[in-house]
Amino acid sequence: MTQLPLRAQLASALGRGAATLSRLTGRGDGSVIGGRVGLLLEPDLLRQLAQDKKLALVSATNGKTTTTRLITAALLELGEVATNAFGANMPAGHVSALAQHKAAPYGVLEVDEKYLPEVLHTTGAGVICLMNLSRDQMDRAAEIWLLAQKWRRALSGKPAHVVANCDDPLVTWGASTAAKVTWVSGGQRWKEDSWCCPECGGPLDRKGNDWACRECTFHRPEPQWVLDDDAVIDPHGRRWVLDLKLPGLANRSNAAMALAVAEAFGLPVERALPRLREVTSVAGRYTTVERDGRYARLLLAKNPAGWLEAFDVADPALPVILSVNAQGPDGRDTSWLWDVDYRILRGRPVFVTGERRLDLALRLDIADVPFTLVDTFSEALAMQPPGRVDVIANYTAFQQIRQEFGRAV
Amino acid sequence: MPSDSVLRLVWIYPDLLSTYGDQGNLLVLEQRAKRRGIPVESIRVKSADPVPETGDIYLIGGGEDRPQILAAQRLRKDGGLHRAVARGAAMLAVCAGYQIMGSTFGGEEGQPVEGLGILDISSGRGTVRGVGELVAEVDSALNLPTLTGFENHMGVTRLGPGVRPLAKVVTGVGNGDGYEGCYAGHLVGTYLHGPALARNPALADLLLRWATGEDRLPPLDDSRFEALRQERLAAVAGQ
Repeated sequence: MTQLPLRAQLASALGRGAATLSRLTGRGDGSVIGGRVGLLLEPDLLRQLAQDKKLALVSATNGKTTTTRLITAALLELGEVATNAFGANMPAGHVSALAQHKAAPYGVLEVDEKYLPEVLHTTGAGVICLMNLSRDQMDRAAEIWLLAQKWRRALSGKPAHVVANCDDPLVTWGASTAAKVTWVSGGQRWKEDSWCCPECGGPLDRKGNDWACRECTFHRPEPQWVLDDDAVIDPHGRRWVLDLKLPGLANRSNAAMALAVAEAFGLPVERALPRLREVTSVAGRYTTVERDGRYARLLLAKNPAGWLEAFDVADPALPVILSVNAQGPDGRDTSWLWDVDYRILRGRPVFVTGERRLDLALRLDIADVPFTLVDTFSEALAMQPPGRVDVIANYTAFQQIRQEFGRAV
Repeated sequence: MPSDSVLRLVWIYPDLLSTYGDQGNLLVLEQRAKRRGIPVESIRVKSADPVPETGDIYLIGGGEDRPQILAAQRLRKDGGLHRAVARGAAMLAVCAGYQIMGSTFGGEEGQPVEGLGILDISSGRGTVRGVGELVAEVDSALNLPTLTGFENHMGVTRLGPGVRPLAKVVTGVGNGDGYEGCYAGHLVGTYLHGPALARNPALADLLLRWATGEDRLPPLDDSRFEALRQERLAAVAGQ
């Protein structure tokens, strides 16, 4: 690769130093602080670090971290890959990720939905993977129709190759100004944010995964890739049984997206898929932690769409511990709990904890779901009989549990 | 309440205006009626469908700018809500749904958009977003406990002489003039988005009393509601 200018090299080295310090002092995994130091010294650093790499950007409301990991796993088949594996998905995290693997010919970056236009502009990434858009932490996040509109403007006139989920009408609308789009039918479980046409506001008629506006011509494009239950059908009509270690429908959808992205990099399914099958846990998601014979599987659910995915993975035969916080990264507003249909939990032993457990308690009460209210996660775990239990937690609640049990990934 | 004694709850346009937890208001009303032995029918009216005129309590929620404009256009054209309100039906209008009840509200670029003219208010776009917990003391004529909830909006609402302020703001933004929301007859408007009634069960009961014509409703075990209310009020007081 070409040499970075001296100033950029210095910025990048200082950034790495700060990251090491952050890790050593136990303040974090270092991916944000390192990038921030670097960006302060050299605002153009991200562009310079990106310019010699073949880059994929991954954005969505849900599944960004997992899909980034799956694409990274696949591209390792081609060579070294720089990636922000810990979900530090804003420009500081991108600088840190790229600086740590300067020689890597490939990069896969998870990008916060709001930052996608800026990061696309700065990096000139060649491949963009767009999966889903739904309501999420609206006390600080943008309204999603506005977000999709910003994607449209950012993609218009760019040579980037977009891989997008055409089962999500808003994603389709956001992606459709791109010069080249590969459409993937990845499914859409949460539909409450897409009953209306993003183009004209008319009602969308929906049948299975298909959709079309009743009032204008906007309709679902024909997919080249199709997720078909436990398999993916590629553009040549071949059916590949996924057989992933990661559980649930949402991850099969993520894998379908990852396979389409891999092919955009010239990597065929027969070489990419075995790599996806090796991924077992992503930044603590789906890992099992153990204490005194209780095996707790950790599921992250940050918003209503995420809870639907978690319910899909959770074992109905097991007790379940729910933990909800409302710190900054979670969104300080817990209203979204009322968008989740908790009735599916009726009949299971349910334990409720977390800093906002009283919000969740009332929500479950109104849904006629019996539960036990517990002050801490440790107590909830200790109340379980020996054996397996599922845990569904939102972002900081999830991180607190991981911290208590060690951050083994 | 109609002679067949089923309480009809009508949720207007969940496909357009249900951005954050608005379903909660419907579920709380449903449950509080059922636990008192009042039969309930809940009707979710999508924006392509006509609004029934025979509801007892109408609910309309919050949403983004564009769906808000679409909802106003369709409700004006449909006329069902106007006829229901003229009949004396009760209504809880939240955030974007509150704004469209007035003569005008602010569009995507802040431009004035024609509202439904059901409440004597007019709204525009402010300069800062009001986001956070809101606490307000309810107009004494309504005899309700402290109002608590979460607001997230950029709207500024001016009240005309045809409505009264719902509550006086202690913490938060509300209408932008020191007051939060408004009421007139059996209609209530508020910036408390999402499940405002989950935080304020007494407000839910006010709507139920209006709709049933009963001065008193049998008390319920509200310990869960009360625990949450006290926790949130204490959290705001400790900020």
